[in-house]
Amino acid sequence: MTAMELLRECYEIQGKNFDKAGEVSGEIKVVLRDLGIDAAHLRRLVIVAFEAEMNVVMYAQRGTMTLIVTEEDINLETTDEGPGIPDIELALQEGYSTASDEMREMGFGFGMGLPNMKKNSDEFRIESNVGKGTSVFSKIRLPAHE
Amino acid sequence: MKLSEIKELLQCEVLAGEDDLSVDIQQVVASDGMSEILAFAKSRELMITGLTNIQSIRTADVAGVSAVIYCRGKRPDKKVIDFAKQKQIPVLVTPMVMFDICGILFNRGLKGVS
Ligand SMILES: Nc1ncnc2c1ncn2[C@@H]1O[C@H](COP(=O)(O)OP(=O)(O)O)[C@@H](O)[C@H]1O
Ligand SMILES: [Mg+2]
Repeated sequence: MTAMELLRECYEIQGKNFDKAGEVSGEIKVVLRDLGIDAAHLRRLVIVAFEAEMNVVMYAQRGTMTLIVTEEDINLETTDEGPGIPDIELALQEGYSTASDEMREMGFGFGMGLPNMKKNSDEFRIESNVGKGTSVFSKIRLPAHE
Repeated sequence: MKLSEIKELLQCEVLAGEDDLSVDIQQVVASDGMSEILAFAKSRELMITGLTNIQSIRTADVAGVSAVIYCRGKRPDKKVIDFAKQKQIPVLVTPMVMFDICGILFNRGLKGVS
C-alpha cells in the first residue's frame, strides 16, 4: 500500500542565475510550513533543497525540482540538464569540488553540499549521465514513520 | 547574551530588525562559506560572515539562525537588507574583523558550533 499523497509541486531552476539562486528552496520552505511540517524535518529538507538548487545553478543549464509530500515522508527530486557527474563516489567526498573561484566568492564551492544533503536525508541517491545531466533524490521520513 | 549587548560590544550598526534586538544568543557560527554554515548551524545561532550577497540571507533563513552580523564594515545592497527584513532576520554590521569578533564573544562565554 502506498501512503496518501498530500502535495505535489514542480519548480523550474535556471542555471547560472545567481541572483535567483535559492528562490525555489525559499518557496518550498513556505509550502512545507503551510502544510504544518514540524520545524526539524522542514529544516532538513530545506537544507537539502538549497544545496541541490545551488548545484543546479552552479553546474547545470537548467533543472526542475519536484516535491512530493505524503503522510509518511517528504521526497525531493532535483533533475538537471548539465555536464553530469563522472565519478559520483568522488563527488560525495567532503572537500571534493570543481567549483570556480567566482562560485567560492559567492560562499559556495567547498565540497560540502552533497555530503550534507546525504547527512540530512533518510534516503539519498544520485544518478548521472555525463554530458546529459544529473538527478538527485532525497527522502526524509516524517515522525511516527521514522 | 542579548543581541543588543552584542551590538554594543562589537560597535555594530543595525541595518534590519532594530526592534528585535532582545533575542538571546548562546552560540555563534562564523564563516564566509555558506555550505559550512548550513552544515554546522543547528538553528538560533548568531551568524557572522564577510559575505554580503543575497545568498548570505538565504543561508541564514534556511539554517534558521537568529541574526546576522557582517564583519569588516562590509555593507550589503539595499535589496539584501530588504530581503532580510522580509524574512524577519536582524542584520548588523561591525567594523571589526572576524578574529577580533570571535575573540570578544568567546571571552564573554559564547560557544561555537561543531
Ligand atoms: N548537478 C550537478 N551537475 C554536475 N556536477 C555536479 C552537480 N552537483 C555536484 N556536482 C559535482 O560534485 C562536486 C561536489 O558537489 P558539492 O558537494 O555540492 O560541493 P560544491 O558544490 O561545493 O563543489 C561539485 O564540485 C561538482 O563537480
Ligand atoms: Mg554544491
